[in-house]
Amino acid sequence: MNNTASVPGATASHPASVSIDGLHKSYGSLDVLKGISLEVGPGEVVCLIGPSGSGKSTLLRCVNLLETPQQGVIRIGDVEVTDPEVDIDAVRRRVGMVFQQFNLFPNMSVLGNLTVAQRKVLGRSEAEARKTAMLNLERVGLAEKAENAPAQLSGGQQQRVAIARALSMDPELMLFDEPTSALDPETVGDVLAIMRDLAKEGMTMLVVTHEMAFARDVADRVVFMDGGVVVEEGPAREVVGAPQHKRTQAFLSRVLNPTQVDAPED
Amino acid sequence: MAMTARERAKVSRGVQYGLLVVIVIALVFIADWNTLISRALNPSVMAQQFPEIITVALKNTLIYTALGFVAGMSGGILLALMRLSSVAPYRWIATLYIELFRGVPALLVFLALGFGVPLAFQVRFNNLVTVMLALGLVSAAYIAESLRAGLQAVPKGQYEAARSLGMSHSRAMITIVIPQALRIVLPPLTNEVILLAKDSSLVYLLGMTVSQYELTKFGREAISGSGAGLTPLVLAGVCYLVITVPLGLLARYFEQRADARSARH
Repeated sequence: MNNTASVPGATASHPASVSIDGLHKSYGSLDVLKGISLEVGPGEVVCLIGPSGSGKSTLLRCVNLLETPQQGVIRIGDVEVTDPEVDIDAVRRRVGMVFQQFNLFPNMSVLGNLTVAQRKVLGRSEAEARKTAMLNLERVGLAEKAENAPAQLSGGQQQRVAIARALSMDPELMLFDEPTSALDPETVGDVLAIMRDLAKEGMTMLVVTHEMAFARDVADRVVFMDGGVVVEEGPAREVVGAPQHKRTQAFLSRVLNPTQVDAPED
Repeated sequence: MAMTARERAKVSRGVQYGLLVVIVIALVFIADWNTLISRALNPSVMAQQFPEIITVALKNTLIYTALGFVAGMSGGILLALMRLSSVAPYRWIATLYIELFRGVPALLVFLALGFGVPLAFQVRFNNLVTVMLALGLVSAAYIAESLRAGLQAVPKGQYEAARSLGMSHSRAMITIVIPQALRIVLPPLTNEVILLAKDSSLVYLLGMTVSQYELTKFGREAISGSGAGLTPLVLAGVCYLVITVPLGLLARYFEQRADARSARH
């Protein structure tokens, strides 16, 4: 539903598709992912929801190989990233990642955060990197903070800088790992608004989130995970609004009505 | 008896200060100032130490310390990275090295390098190279442990963020992780330099020409002269402080600057 929208100045000119097939990941005897398969089309926005410990963050971290899956295939565009011979750094250059804890570099200014990888990884000149950085800072509404230290910004502002940092690498795919979970409630909206704009501009996005309203309104599809498997997936409004599976229903009722006490499932 | 806790603390502190004053006064009166000054603080003996104590001894101590630090820092970075490596033999080698050189007195390392190595390998380095190696070998072990603690104190997310931006392992370490770790290890690293400055006194074991004397050797030679007393050693001690105290102040300045930069508003 969002893939046709195009906004002038959008950088996601070549959004990539993601294809995951039969993915397994375990830590010792603990199976975290038990055969996940998932397709994300170019420019599509997919939200991963589910209880903590369900494996959704691990799945996301497998896509840019922060975690190495034991089994299964992941493709980004036509590159198989699970190929042992793949150039991991080249894959990551195409994939932007936004973390729950922002992970801005505290010893650099906001501008430094946005330019360092452009210069060291993409080999852009200082002037070129700065220009791209300022464009992306304007995009997240923080151009006037360019010279500030990250610690001088609020949590929401830091997360917007982190998004701008990822965008400065001109990614073909953006991964968001609970981007609003560490934020004060009043700053969540600003971050979600930027992600919504990004979705409209046609970026391929894979988002782990607990923001059900965002999942329902912005995602093309929602995937509900529990216990390392995909329990239910489908169009956002259907999965969030009218879940078919019992476990999805139980999870959503707990998330949407946190004060309501209900009988334990199973 | 009816004192409040605050009043009791006040009285107790008053007693502590009083005791301190009494001890100082007692020491001042007990001391034999005439002997003390003539034997340990003799102005005419002091005058004889100049300018060589500065132009030779202090200069050499600084040179030896700097050489030792350069070698120790290079070795320390390498060892710290080896200890944190995912390659098991690297970890074993680094651990073995650190345990060995941290556990053995620097004096023995100097003797081994000065006399053991020439015997075993039929090579003889010049003194400066031996000093650099000996001080470097010992301090590398300590520096490696400080650096390892600093590297581990940098949140894992920093490394992950750098890798996620497409940086290679070494690029992420050099550009993102190590600069942050160095800031964390600045205080222990200052300690290291101060220890090095003092350990450089062991150079005398290698046998030196007069122009190679550092502070301690210089002072010891001077007290063996007739009637010099202990004054030359006291002066040497002051010269060590001239090196170490500013280092401590410098480290504190950098720490405060780093704190100010990462503080909120």
